[in-house]
Amino acid sequence: MWLKNNPRPDYNYQKDISGCGLAGIIHRQRKLIPGSEIVKSINLMNDRGNGLGSGFAAYGIYPEYKDYYAFHIMYGERADIEGVERFIRENYEVAKIERIPHYHVSSIVFHPRLRRYFVRPKKDRPDREVAELSDDDFVVRTVMKINVEENGAYVFSSGKNMGAFKGVGFPKDIAEFYGINEYEAYIWTGHNRFPTNTPGWWGGAHPFTLLDWSIVHNGEISSYGINKRYLEMFGYRCTLMTDTEVMAYLFDLLIRKHHLSIETACMALAAPFWKDIERLPEEEKMALKSLRMVYGSALVNGPFAILFAHSKGLVGLNDRIKLRPLVAAEKGPLLYMASEESAIREICSNPERVWSPRAGYPVIAWLEEEGTGITAELASISEGASLRL
Amino acid sequence: MVRSYIPAEFIVEVDHEKCRRCKRCLLNCSFGALEFKDRVTPLHEQCVACHRCLTFCPEGAISVEANPLGFKYSHNWSPQLRKNIWKQAETGGVLLTGMGNELPYPIIWDCLVLDACQVTNPSIDPLREPMELKTFLGSKPDFLEFDTGADGTLRLKTKMPPQIAIETPIIFAPMSYGALSFNAHKAMAIAAAEFGTVLETGEGGLHRDLYPYKDHIIVQCASGRFGVHAEYLNAGVGVEIKIGQGAKPGIGGHLPGEKIGEEISKTRMIPRGTDALSPAPHHDIYSIEDLRQLIYAIKEAIDYKPVSVKIAAVHNVAAIASGIVRAGADILYLDGFRGGTGASPTIIRDHVGIPIELALAAVDDRLRQEGIRNQASIIAAGSIRSSADVAKAIALGADAVAIGTGALIAMGCRVCQKCYTGNCAWGIATQRPELTRRLDPEVAAQRLVNLLHAWSSELKEILGSLGVNAIESLRGSRERLRGIGLDALTLDIMGIKPAGR
Repeated sequence: MWLKNNPRPDYNYQKDISGCGLAGIIHRQRKLIPGSEIVKSINLMNDRGNGLGSGFAAYGIYPEYKDYYAFHIMYGERADIEGVERFIRENYEVAKIERIPHYHVSSIVFHPRLRRYFVRPKKDRPDREVAELSDDDFVVRTVMKINVEENGAYVFSSGKNMGAFKGVGFPKDIAEFYGINEYEAYIWTGHNRFPTNTPGWWGGAHPFTLLDWSIVHNGEISSYGINKRYLEMFGYRCTLMTDTEVMAYLFDLLIRKHHLSIETACMALAAPFWKDIERLPEEEKMALKSLRMVYGSALVNGPFAILFAHSKGLVGLNDRIKLRPLVAAEKGPLLYMASEESAIREICSNPERVWSPRAGYPVIAWLEEEGTGITAELASISEGASLRL
Repeated sequence: MVRSYIPAEFIVEVDHEKCRRCKRCLLNCSFGALEFKDRVTPLHEQCVACHRCLTFCPEGAISVEANPLGFKYSHNWSPQLRKNIWKQAETGGVLLTGMGNELPYPIIWDCLVLDACQVTNPSIDPLREPMELKTFLGSKPDFLEFDTGADGTLRLKTKMPPQIAIETPIIFAPMSYGALSFNAHKAMAIAAAEFGTVLETGEGGLHRDLYPYKDHIIVQCASGRFGVHAEYLNAGVGVEIKIGQGAKPGIGGHLPGEKIGEEISKTRMIPRGTDALSPAPHHDIYSIEDLRQLIYAIKEAIDYKPVSVKIAAVHNVAAIASGIVRAGADILYLDGFRGGTGASPTIIRDHVGIPIELALAAVDDRLRQEGIRNQASIIAAGSIRSSADVAKAIALGADAVAIGTGALIAMGCRVCQKCYTGNCAWGIATQRPELTRRLDPEVAAQRLVNLLHAWSSELKEILGSLGVNAIESLRGSRERLRGIGLDALTLDIMGIKPAGR
């Protein structure tokens, strides 16, 4: 029950509704930040959740397995494990399988069986006889397959050198349960959830992830119905009864599959208004007009603030009329974003700059990267720079 | 002459106390239902309830009521069926009618309800926040490629196919010049231009006086090829190939010679006074590959502007639609079984085809399953009666809707269903000069603009209550619909949940 409700036909799902608090930190020079920081920050916004869901995403936590996909899988019953592991062993080189470390917390009575796998798709895996999928595509397909077909199993993290940790409880309980303080990461996001229905489902907590993408989300996607049907056209299966997963899949589709830049993808999800597009110079007007025409079904409408983390950085984005709070602050190489300024000041008492990002304008922070030309200078924060309104 | 057995449908009452015998009613009645024999005398059998006389009676002396004549009750042998048989027994002919299917099939629109926001997501006030209805009709690529200019601005690399931009997802449905008067056509052209939408010409060509409205016209090419020439094909923003019509799927058209006056003769490129017969099929389209050839022949002629294909909603509509999109159509126009007509055999109008609601849902699903939904826009038509129907059609998956009967009603039409007689008292569906001049195109255009404005404003209210501020966030978002009183299979076909779920 705490793992998965009954399977449903495509349209006949019950949508999950939730309010939330979120927080994120990135150290652009890849210095590791202890988990205690994000826990402290998200804990301050305790009243933004109701104890029915919390989670964290951490980047840079598995350096020794950085070339392997780290699958975090929750299982309902012991019997559910066998089929999934058989599939994994058949298709993946397995570097390590282990229980995700967790600790007894008095407020968490039931929890699913939690295991993690460091794996790499086999070069000669069985599907190669009929398909030519890239490793990433094969991993996406694996995640969709397990989440749709295996009723008692749910993959909640599948990226490299990153991991999601989530469950039902207040942030402090979930943090203690997973021992978040023991991890160190150069990007952290945290989430505190206030669901108004389908309580008690571990899979429904944030972050939602796919490959390296992870999303923590405060809001309700009023355009969920069409976003979901749009994604289904490209083979994504929205299985989690919650609207946040469409964000993760939309970013995956637009950025990884369609090769849009993060900035452009953000402008598809939180599209500028026609009246603003009309005022742009001809070339840019045509670009954005076409973006809206072609990606209209990817426009995420309704109130939202999200933190979207990936292997190269962190993005904060609001809906196009900013119906949910999001505050950003900067101190040296550190960028903080949270639902409330207090959550930032809790861990950074004297930021150099605090601001409230504009509706629909992404705040984009890049990690410094050796060999890719992203230097400390370039790894600066941009804010919807390509749209000069 | 043997007296007809058919009793009058309506009874016209003239209050002779009030009547000042000005005879204005006689001038207005185009169906010969009023005589003057020392006072105004109704010929009840001729009355069609067009309301023209009573609308213009300065004394308010005329009323029209349904004939209360009693018929021995039979659920099976309704009075209408008995009348039809009497008519056929008298004439031996196919019964004709105008407008759309009138039988009491379930109206699925009225079994669908829309969602609204409460607490967890805020509704949006369209009077205070931007609310976007702008719509683009045409084929869209599956994805876009961009690069950045020297100054870092975003530049499009993909070549976008041409689109038809409309300010509201409502267009005027194809109704031919011939079925409609010139003034009716002109009113719709003026209104389309003023509001920023388009008028479809229908199959009767386009009068040259309307060529200046080319940015707001989609010209049609139907089985009769009336008025089709190179300049005509380029006299609009796109071309529509009409395969079928919801009111009479599989049936051609017949505009009688008496309607073919000088102007229609010129526009349709046929001699004056000859009947204009549209064949049932296009005789150069007997298969889907033939359609593909015509689509591309037209595209060559119009510099690859959007080509639309209009079909009637029939049983296998989803598979047909998929074929049409794969054949290269940029727009798919679906006309449901309640769609209107200027003239159709009653038996076809009332018994052939399927409801637009189901056809639209099935087509949108099929195109998505096949991953080709981006390749064509869908226009849904066939009795769109209010902005609620528009919103529901868009939620089911339409890009836009077309209104025909609704637009005629706005111009004054009473839905008397006598379009095929050519006697339209309101100057809409007639070519008689003394009647057509009753319709002032400027006044009618204003009424149409008012209707578009009203419906668009209502659509914005609906979007706001749904908590979205762009029409594309409702398009295909069936999660925002619920069904009331629909059976499980119908719900399944439409991909919507019952109310309460």
